[in-house]
Amino acid sequence: MKSAWRLTLALMIAMTLAACQTTPEAEPEPEPTPDTTETDVDTSGAPDPRDYSDARNFDNPESLLSKRVIYFDFDKSTVRPEYRAIVSAHSAYAAANSSARVTLEGHADERGTREYNLGLGERRGNAVTGLMSAQGARGNQLTVVSYGEERPTCRVSEEDCWSMNRRVEIVYTAR
Amino acid sequence: MTVTDNVKKLFLILLALTALQTAHAQLQIEIISGNASALPIAIVPFQWLDATTPPADSVDQVISGDLYRSGLFDPMDVADMAERPVEAEDVRFGTWRLLKVDYIVIGKVRTPADGQGHEIIYQLFDVHTQEMLLSRITTVGLGDLRYGAHKVADAIYEKLTGVPGAFATRIAYITATGLGNDQRYELVVADADGFGPQSIVGSPEPLLSPAWSPDGRKLAYVSFEKGNSAIYMQDVSTGSRELISSGKGINGAPSFSPDGRKMALTLSKSGNPEIYIRDMATGRLQQITQHWSIDTEPVWAPDGRYVYFTSDRGGRPQIYRVSPGGGSPERVTLEGDYNARASVSPDGRKIAVAQGRGNEYRIAVWDIKTERFTILTPGKLDESPSFAPNGSMILYATREGTRGVLSAVSADGNVRQRLILSEGDVREPAWSPVIR
Repeated sequence: MKSAWRLTLALMIAMTLAACQTTPEAEPEPEPTPDTTETDVDTSGAPDPRDYSDARNFDNPESLLSKRVIYFDFDKSTVRPEYRAIVSAHSAYAAANSSARVTLEGHADERGTREYNLGLGERRGNAVTGLMSAQGARGNQLTVVSYGEERPTCRVSEEDCWSMNRRVEIVYTAR
Repeated sequence: MTVTDNVKKLFLILLALTALQTAHAQLQIEIISGNASALPIAIVPFQWLDATTPPADSVDQVISGDLYRSGLFDPMDVADMAERPVEAEDVRFGTWRLLKVDYIVIGKVRTPADGQGHEIIYQLFDVHTQEMLLSRITTVGLGDLRYGAHKVADAIYEKLTGVPGAFATRIAYITATGLGNDQRYELVVADADGFGPQSIVGSPEPLLSPAWSPDGRKLAYVSFEKGNSAIYMQDVSTGSRELISSGKGINGAPSFSPDGRKMALTLSKSGNPEIYIRDMATGRLQQITQHWSIDTEPVWAPDGRYVYFTSDRGGRPQIYRVSPGGGSPERVTLEGDYNARASVSPDGRKIAVAQGRGNEYRIAVWDIKTERFTILTPGKLDESPSFAPNGSMILYATREGTRGVLSAVSADGNVRQRLILSEGDVREPAWSPVIR
């Protein structure tokens, strides 16, 4: 009786620990890997959108490599979960192509002061380089430039517009 | 001389002309809210005895405009003046009392005996006591008549308010015109009344954070012309400039020390923005803040004992101060969610900030001794406060619709005026020191 109780307790602890470990890893559902059973050689020349080492995917709307803007919450510099897959795709490209050079241009919305917003834009750029470095991009491939609120994509004083301006643009200076 | 040469020449002339035309529409200034207790004063048209052609804006009109815009004076309309005396013995005080004027200014402009420049000879009287309060001759060079008029307005202002005037000063500001790839930024310097704007730098890349040297001869500013922020220092009259800082990361927020020997600036070469002090003679840098937060927007106390700066080390941006030699910073603003970009009053007792509350940003003044805020402006996106060198007004940037305009508010919040450019965005005003 006593040992059965102990076993249950041990199981519960183990489960809790497992849960704790997986929670922070809870990245957005990785997109299902393509069915690899019929790997016909692709003669059409269209790249596999999930081949993040293939530069042709920069212009392939099906591929995450074609997405190069990460948006942020107000006064925050945390990369939101829905953008992590995009960052990962670019990390994979940089890791596979050592000649690639990327500038992370950090931007802020118009609220707040200009120099503080320069700091905020840089913090956002640093958040993206931090992730990319952890995922295999090398330090000499990544540069952060903060434009603060100086280069907005839209100029209306409303949240819809502000949210478009709080961003990091992933700009390849060499592919 | 070939035809192509001529065409080239013509093209260059045309180019120069267009440049002049687009260079800058003057800032128009209007009072939004005035002061009911403004002093009634009559600036009688000055007699023109000068050898040169009289200017379009007469000296008395410039003086009158300056006093009006301060909000503290209510200059009389020239059309309402029953008499226009030039000499002291011609002033009949009874007439002016009936016209309900408290003070009267008379004068004339003439060419000095040596034939160089202009002399503005003027007198100020108290209508009630009939006392002569001022009797002076202000001498200026040829072409500096407006400057001379501003000096006269400064003297009258000081005599009647006890505070030195700040009319003979200048303002610097950034303009942005065009959209997308046609965007153009300029750093402009104009007289404090918006007259005579001159672009001293133009760039397709952002320009920001202009800061005056204490002698009013130089401006430091941030330019993105090299693809990243860099700090330059430029001589306002000669245009010669020097690169101060263009390291990795942010190079921003320059601010000259009161003696002009040092510059506080923000650099993020260490990985995040920190405040540094640069010795202007040797170029040596000393880091004075050390924190993972954003530390930026340094500005000196007038006595040079502190550097005030913005930091979000407590979670949200607030104003802190630290000795220019370093040490532990002390938090200054104790109320509100967002207080940034300090401008210290000339007496060192108050700091003006951009104060954020939700989506509203207003100019607020923090009294260092009483530890209280006074909110001076209505919002919604007011920023970049800059104290006038006499502390009477604060110039700031605000929004009208989707474009940026400048406004000025009196230090007590009672008088507000708007400075409008005919096109484009105006932002980041910086009021010059008194230029002697």
